[in-house]
Amino acid sequence: MTLTELLQLTTGGVVLGAMYGLIAVGYTMVYGIVQLINFAHGEIFMLGAFGALFVYAWVPALHEISLWLALPIMLAAGTVISVVAAVAAERFAYRPLRGAPRLAPLITAIGLAIVLQQLIFLYAPLRELRDDRWETTVGAKQPQLFPQLPGEALQLGGVTVQWADVLTLGFAVVAMLGLAYFVRRTRTGRAMQAAAQDPDIARLMGIDVDKIIVIAFAIGGALAAAAGLAHGLRYGQITFDMGFIAGLKAFTAAVLGGIGNVYGAMLGGIVLGVVESLAAGGLSYVDAVQQFGGGAWKDVWAFVVLILVLLIRPRGLLGERTGDRA
Amino acid sequence: MALLEVEGLHVAYGKVEAVKGISLSVGAGQVVTLIGANGAGKTTTLRTISGLLGPSAGTVGFDGRPLAGVPAHEIVAMGLSHAPEGRRIFPRMTIEENLLLGAFLRRDAGVAADVKRVYDLFPVLGERRSQAAGTLSGGEQQMLAMGRALMCRPKMIMLDEPSMGLSPIVTQLIMSTIADLRSEGITILLVEQNAQAALTLADHGHVMETGRITLSGTGPDLLTNEAVRKAYLGED
Repeated sequence: MTLTELLQLTTGGVVLGAMYGLIAVGYTMVYGIVQLINFAHGEIFMLGAFGALFVYAWVPALHEISLWLALPIMLAAGTVISVVAAVAAERFAYRPLRGAPRLAPLITAIGLAIVLQQLIFLYAPLRELRDDRWETTVGAKQPQLFPQLPGEALQLGGVTVQWADVLTLGFAVVAMLGLAYFVRRTRTGRAMQAAAQDPDIARLMGIDVDKIIVIAFAIGGALAAAAGLAHGLRYGQITFDMGFIAGLKAFTAAVLGGIGNVYGAMLGGIVLGVVESLAAGGLSYVDAVQQFGGGAWKDVWAFVVLILVLLIRPRGLLGERTGDRA
Repeated sequence: MALLEVEGLHVAYGKVEAVKGISLSVGAGQVVTLIGANGAGKTTTLRTISGLLGPSAGTVGFDGRPLAGVPAHEIVAMGLSHAPEGRRIFPRMTIEENLLLGAFLRRDAGVAADVKRVYDLFPVLGERRSQAAGTLSGGEQQMLAMGRALMCRPKMIMLDEPSMGLSPIVTQLIMSTIADLRSEGITILLVEQNAQAALTLADHGHVMETGRITLSGTGPDLLTNEAVRKAYLGED
């Protein structure tokens, strides 16, 4: 394997990891406050991708302009769908179960994930370009083609970088800078930190913790929508069940980074993406272990990472020791 | 009319009733204390008054308004502050951040001056203002919890076992601070196991046993009451 190939694999891993990281923030933020693993969060990511596709398909004016100009509108549409779904899930599925045994919201989350997948599978209002004509179909039973960004890929010292990759990294950087500002500098951000450390006492400070929980779900939904759009642009197609594996990977990233820590979620995502990319790509260059390389094995390596983390460092890379409450 | 009125309050955890119909009132400017052994229901009573728990029966009124159905964060906004049992400071935040969270609802310009006031009251907090609160000693954490509860400029403050686990010297400092607060006109509901210290300060006291108030009187009355002396002041 040449250095260029190694760099290419690493770059691909960082981009993939940034996408995982964007989804992982939603897992970790919600967990940090309500100790709930929202297993429907992968579907929120999927809805973000479909929301972007819906607006593209149904607004003909977007086909006339450069996709770069249509992107903000697609992102806005995806964000609206994801945020509404995430907030509704909190309000109607999880809030009534607050205080119930932990298994109840967990099972609800899995059920909700299946419901959201099936809604898109059966009822998604789609329009596709067939033989130069836009045809309406109902239900995303086939993979849906996603519009592609125009322009040649960038060549950076032999490493090929797609524009969709640049966009993914851009989303990740903007999201993390925004989150850092939000958590440290805003009143609501400080209230969120307080609610994560001790919800009852946060209430005694005058903080409306229910509102903070809604905001955490909404922020997670918005970042997942950006990841969904990035996914569509990168792979050129989206499916009703794309949230399942992506959600599991993002959950792994959140645990790897230290669940509850938003910076850890992005770090965990990038580490996971790079490991996955190097293991899948790199192993195929080594004769003895060739059969463990290649795309088919990348999910295996990702979950090997999860198992190792849980064994060696259960609190994750940036996780804090538990039991520090006075 | 009293600032705080509790009428026939019952609170249950599932099927276990922790508070079985207590009534008490705290007049503006008064110090009222609730004493009793562990598990008597004192903390449950305070948590219910501040809206963290819901009563199964009975009413709480504050400043002329019924608190039924009012969420905890709005009760604080009405001027009722609560320094909870076990201090419960935010361990990973600095001392100053803890104090500023105590003033979360305030948007006036006086917050900085009030932070300084807390540092004047407890100089050790000022010296360590940018230190993580989790690194403080128990007594310092208690000072922080009280300071934080004062930052919302409450009409009334509820203190839950401020002397718990503290040395006699620190306990004395905390108690003399409570006396200072009283002289500033802040109404206080004090829950204590240290009956001697609490009754010495209090205008009025109630003894709580297994969810009921079994004895009430003025502070001096209860201090000389034989049953109280035997049960809570360690005299034979």
